[in-house]
Amino acid sequence: MKQLLKLTAASLLVVGALGVQASTLSDVQAKGHVSCGVSKGLAGFSSADSSGTWTGVDVDVCRAVAAATLGDATKVKFVPLTAKERFTALQSGEIDMLSRNTTWTITRDASLGLNFAGVNYYDGQGFMVKSSLGVTSAMELGGAAICIQAGTTTELNLADWGKANGIDYNSVVSDTNAQTLSNYDAGRCDVLTTDASGLYSMRAGANDPSEHVVLPEIISKEPLGPVVRQGDDQWFNIVRWSLNAMITAEEIGVTSATVDMVSNNPERERLMGRSGSTHEYVGLTSDWTYQIIKQVGNYSESFERNIGVNTPIGIARGVNALWSQGGILYSPPFR
Amino acid sequence: MKKLILDSLGKSKHRGSNFRDLLYNNEARAFFFQVITFVLVVGLFYTAIGNLFDNIEARGIQTGFSFLNNRAGFDILPFLGNIVVDYTPESSNLTVFYVGLVNTLVVAFIGIILSTLIGLLIGIARLSNNYLIAKLAGGYIELFRNIPILLQILFWYNLFINIFPHPKQSLAFFDIAFLNQRGLYLPKPIPEDGFLFVALAFVIGIIAAYFIKKFFKKKQDLTGAHTSTWPYTLGLVIGFPVIIYFLIGSPLQFDYAVLGKFNLRGGMAVVPEFLALTFALSVYTATYIAEAIRSGIEAVDKGQKEAAAAIGLSPIQSLKLIVLPQALRVAIPPTINQYLNLTKNSSLATVIGYPELMSTFGGTVLNQVGQAVEILAMAMLVYLVISLFISLLLNYVNKKMEIQGR
Repeated sequence: MKQLLKLTAASLLVVGALGVQASTLSDVQAKGHVSCGVSKGLAGFSSADSSGTWTGVDVDVCRAVAAATLGDATKVKFVPLTAKERFTALQSGEIDMLSRNTTWTITRDASLGLNFAGVNYYDGQGFMVKSSLGVTSAMELGGAAICIQAGTTTELNLADWGKANGIDYNSVVSDTNAQTLSNYDAGRCDVLTTDASGLYSMRAGANDPSEHVVLPEIISKEPLGPVVRQGDDQWFNIVRWSLNAMITAEEIGVTSATVDMVSNNPERERLMGRSGSTHEYVGLTSDWTYQIIKQVGNYSESFERNIGVNTPIGIARGVNALWSQGGILYSPPFR
Repeated sequence: MKKLILDSLGKSKHRGSNFRDLLYNNEARAFFFQVITFVLVVGLFYTAIGNLFDNIEARGIQTGFSFLNNRAGFDILPFLGNIVVDYTPESSNLTVFYVGLVNTLVVAFIGIILSTLIGLLIGIARLSNNYLIAKLAGGYIELFRNIPILLQILFWYNLFINIFPHPKQSLAFFDIAFLNQRGLYLPKPIPEDGFLFVALAFVIGIIAAYFIKKFFKKKQDLTGAHTSTWPYTLGLVIGFPVIIYFLIGSPLQFDYAVLGKFNLRGGMAVVPEFLALTFALSVYTATYIAEAIRSGIEAVDKGQKEAAAAIGLSPIQSLKLIVLPQALRVAIPPTINQYLNLTKNSSLATVIGYPELMSTFGGTVLNQVGQAVEILAMAMLVYLVISLFISLLLNYVNKKMEIQGR
């Protein structure tokens, strides 16, 4: 809360703050790093290991932007934020971009002075219960206490779902992911609800994952993606197309291992900036996409490395597969 | 005024123009600088706030208070606020504000009462002649005063939800009240027709008890004969309504909590968030109040106690009639500060999710609406008003308790 007050007061009260802050790109290049807002710890999406290195699919979007703008994917300053702090931090200029499993909604897009630069994970809200309860469907949850994190779309979805299905429950709200999880573990509530990806991530972190079941119902659409401030279209384009470059690279079949190979596929040459002048349109050097793929990898690499079926989190691609492979992941063309 | 100016010129024989007089006049100078300071401060605020709104608008962020009428759309942990205000997800954001406000006031009110009682007890115990009691009280103060309050809130909360049993193994008190990790479940009273008379009897009892006390006080002032009034008070305030209650035929039903599939249902649940928060705040604030009481008692001259003993008052009477009334005069001003701190510290409840003002309105609503400036300004105003009200009330009490000038 203190941080929230500080952020609001600091930037919005400063005389003429807006005038000098014309270009996020030149700011980023001048200070030599991208300030990226991430979660306080959600395994597979954004979490720091014991040596302070951040990993996750959300983290990779920040790294891709750093690789594109500074040529170095490690030049990111990660700012861990609670769900409540995240928009204020972005609005006030404390961070350059937000990549914190944030759901794209019309209210957030149109009334907060923010722009969503795309979707890096298609999610939906689910429920997790202890297997000992013997519950197999969310429809059996009448009378349960449900743990939930404050300041999320999850709170709104839950109320809508409860009303639509005539299910009466008690919501137990906490500020942070950690307290929500510890409430659930201690038994303050019977059910934990958040985006399904988050549930898998938390289940993977439990002492014995088999003690918890994720119920089959998905009660909402949660397109998660990176967010930037409104009013800087160049920066908006850079973030949007950095993400698109990762998706397109998967589509064409370029990986961090094969990126150095020269081919005669014109689409691939265009993506890698070896022909055409798209890099000039976004105001970057011609190797910006090369750096993203070389240092961060394509979408599939990032997915499989952080949350794929071979990780403890074990999420299948599902709707997050490419449109050509049965999913809905789709990047507009690089031309 | 003319005389004043001349005075201020002192011995100076010089008599210049009026303007010159004014320039060297202390009062005029002081006034002049106050005006300049005032203009500067107001100007600074005006520019800052104007700039704030320009920036907000330029960034495409919504402004204004129309969000207060929008549907809230989320659930709040059921506690007193929801019941008093009748909240559902269909209610407006303004209703959320009221729910938060009620929950904040409840914590502040009960916290102030509890911390005063504990503080008074510990403050007196600390000066006890009994070595063990004095040291225990001292240890209590040192322990709880020196641990950050945020940590204490988290500690008690996590302790509470971890040591108490699951709802299916609740600790039951004669199947009337239940205690488990999800709270303390009490029977919910449901008044029926005629209960109003019982309430009326209670009020009449209080008024009558007040006059009886006044009567015997007067008698004591006149004749010196002391009469204990507590049997009358007890009979009037408790006995009288109870008799009425049974005469009318017990016009009160209770709704007891029963075990449902997941939780206890029905009854009146006091959530662990409230219990942990109130407990932590009371225990913490009590240490400061105890110190204030101790300093008050120590400020009372030793001769007062000796004189009380000399005229034959018992130690309890001496404490109650001689020492405490004088000690409280010293103790009240620092205690006011602690009441204010307790109220403001209640906003730390966001970490455990107690639905007070900052976690509901300043938290969830802020996040759904995104208008940080308006929402935080409203919240700050609330704390300001509550604090000013408490200090106004206690300043009045302080005035009453002060030594009357003769």
